[in-house]
Amino acid sequence: MEDAKDGRRETDAIAPGDRRGFLTRAAAVAVGALVALVPGAAGLVVFLDPLRRRSRTSDFVRVGSVDQLPADGMPRRFAVLAAHEDAWSRVPLRPVGAVYMCRGPDSDRVVALSAVCPHAGCFVTFQDQEGTFRCPCHGSRFERTGERIDPGSCPSPRALDALATELREQRNEEGQPVLGADGRPRREIWVHYQNFRAGSPAKIPVE
Amino acid sequence: MKALLDWFDERTGYRGLLRGLLDERIPGGARWRYVFGSALALAFAVQCVTGIVLWMAYNPSTQTAWESVYYVQHVMAGGWFLRGLHHFMAQAVVVLLALHLLQVVVAGAYRAPREVNFWLGLVLMQLLLGLCLTGYLLPWDQKGYWATKVATNLLGLVPGAGPVLQRLAVGGPDYGHHTLSRFFALHAGVLPALLVLVLAGHVYVFRRHGVTVAQAPPRADARFWPDQALRDAVAGAVVLAVVVGLVAAYHGAPLGAPADPSIGFPAARPEWYFLSLFQLMKLFPGSLEIVGGFLIPSAVMGALVALPWLGRSDRGHRRAVVFVLGLAGGVVLLTGLALRADRADPEYQTAVGEAEASARRVVELARATGIPAQGAAELLRRDPLWQGPRLFARHCADCHTYDGHDGLGGPGVQEARASDLRGFASYEWLVGLLDGEQIDSRRYYGGTRFRAGSMVEYVKECPLSREQLRQTAAALSAQARLPAQAESDAKRRQEIAAGQEYLRGERTGCARCHRFQDTGIANWDRSPDLTDYGTRAWIVGMITDPGHQRYYGQENDEMPAFGTERLLTPEEIETLADWLRRDWVPTRLAEPRSSAAPQTVDESSGGSVSPGAPN
Repeated sequence: MEDAKDGRRETDAIAPGDRRGFLTRAAAVAVGALVALVPGAAGLVVFLDPLRRRSRTSDFVRVGSVDQLPADGMPRRFAVLAAHEDAWSRVPLRPVGAVYMCRGPDSDRVVALSAVCPHAGCFVTFQDQEGTFRCPCHGSRFERTGERIDPGSCPSPRALDALATELREQRNEEGQPVLGADGRPRREIWVHYQNFRAGSPAKIPVE
Repeated sequence: MKALLDWFDERTGYRGLLRGLLDERIPGGARWRYVFGSALALAFAVQCVTGIVLWMAYNPSTQTAWESVYYVQHVMAGGWFLRGLHHFMAQAVVVLLALHLLQVVVAGAYRAPREVNFWLGLVLMQLLLGLCLTGYLLPWDQKGYWATKVATNLLGLVPGAGPVLQRLAVGGPDYGHHTLSRFFALHAGVLPALLVLVLAGHVYVFRRHGVTVAQAPPRADARFWPDQALRDAVAGAVVLAVVVGLVAAYHGAPLGAPADPSIGFPAARPEWYFLSLFQLMKLFPGSLEIVGGFLIPSAVMGALVALPWLGRSDRGHRRAVVFVLGLAGGVVLLTGLALRADRADPEYQTAVGEAEASARRVVELARATGIPAQGAAELLRRDPLWQGPRLFARHCADCHTYDGHDGLGGPGVQEARASDLRGFASYEWLVGLLDGEQIDSRRYYGGTRFRAGSMVEYVKECPLSREQLRQTAAALSAQARLPAQAESDAKRRQEIAAGQEYLRGERTGCARCHRFQDTGIANWDRSPDLTDYGTRAWIVGMITDPGHQRYYGQENDEMPAFGTERLLTPEEIETLADWLRRDWVPTRLAEPRSSAAPQTVDESSGGSVSPGAPN
């Protein structure tokens, strides 16, 4: 907004700066700053609120059953369904991501790898023919175990992120173990699904 | 009238202002090469007008952003045209920006006394690119979502402040409502406001120094109005004509399938004007990434900022011209390399085809059924045609095939262990099942032990004639009440009535082993109950628990109980059942088909199938 002095109206000659003039100027700056401070600070606090938000790191979620994994150790992709919270929305069960899981030769160990490429966050896909993972965005390639192929030129700074897994016996409504075709209790795979900071050589959970 | 204007001028001085604006002296006369700045200003005005109206229809949240853009694009009168103008004018701005920068450097207009104006121009360039980047996300389609996800993750790589900047841009630890509202506030509020301020400064300083005259044979000076104004207007009209042509050609702006964080997007790429940066990053993989992603772009910007000093002398000017022409060449080359790499990548091409098919399908669904409150991503997730084959490929294709393939057109399992389910419960499928020559093929019993079981034995030595078996098939298929077969079921009414009797036949017909309505052995649990065979509820029950006494009972030794074992959710099982019944919103998209398998044409195909479409 234009100062009134710049208007067309003739004004009296302005007295040269003196001590009173300095006080006036200092007071004008101080009061003006104070007026700007309140809305500025109020805005800044809300603007910075996302820094205080914590990701709802869900507990372990059930992703599948051991029987769904091929015995030859090939990875298979699963959608991860979990409770999802986004600002004011809460959805009890919603697809939140994807994991690749495979089982070891002894069939008692299950490895779960997040499908999120650690480089920039695209989803990797498993190439059946080559038996490797590839990221469609910048071409990172990973072994079946998640290790990087050719780490020197791989855009990804680290291996695919392994997620914590737990095998739990499946129970029916009466709490009795459910038996599989082989007569042994069926085992469900529970995965602790979380995101990790993209582009960092270290695996740092996003919280 | 004149008295009124005089009165108005007396109180506002508008004539002086107008004269100041229009009578700008242009040394050496009006020239076409001066039009780029004005064309940019005009393009910006178009973006303001179209953007504000789009704003009136747009709703930034994860459940409404795509949905409101869909509504603009496909429902509101002229919405596609408005959105197309905004989309393609943004691209025109990028092109004009590059031309304007080139022209300024070639003319040496960055040199004293115009340095400050050159810098203001560079700031405007950053603001405009920021507008492009933030606008890309707002439709919340797969393309915008994944491209922006990559962009913000790269922002997180900035040393030191990266993670904090990233979180402030994203509006929290995860993508969601606040990512959209923040990007929208930037796109429609912060960046345009800054742009207007800097643009005002840019024009003001420009008017102070005037155009930069090249050392050409001197011509008479001219005024801005009307000579240069006409040239500017013509340039603006040409830009607008090109943009309108593109809008018409693409029928508005592209809108992909709604963002779905759980399925990924293998076709993710930045917009074409950022492809050179994308390719540059690829040239420096691994730990050198920061060179291509950050250092080189920063160095180029730094060199541009320092141009008023570096290119002050005439020799420096020549070098500056070589630098920007080389820069332009480099950008074109890198963009070309990126495009060529993608064209040679069959996986990427497939992904693009799938993305386009998904985008078209979701619009068909939204038109037919409306969009549920959870958002349009739910439409695809619950669509039998879209989700059914994906579920089949993931959960069923280890044992079953679908027309010889895995549901998505990929190679079906070799030596299928179980039946081929295309056309399950249809008349054609059941005629084959009740045909002694076909029943023991892999189509029906795959490699299960039922292939040599009593059903096969019965059909091969059936007391019923071929004609009677066809009537039985018609009656059984009618139980399913397949939507695509409703007409032909009505035509076969007599056959069906006759077949009913064989279904009920307890001595020679089906009820000898199967339960059917009130016939057959009660509580028999070794062969499926044929009542309501092939209906949605019947298939849902079969997938949920094939070992239930209504289905194979204790005879089931291979198929998992997908429902009771919680391998699939109830919604997923329903979706699979609808897909097997070909019960979906009609489509104009082609169905996935294995190139190897012969095409079976049957009456139950829903909708028209257009050849040559993706997949």
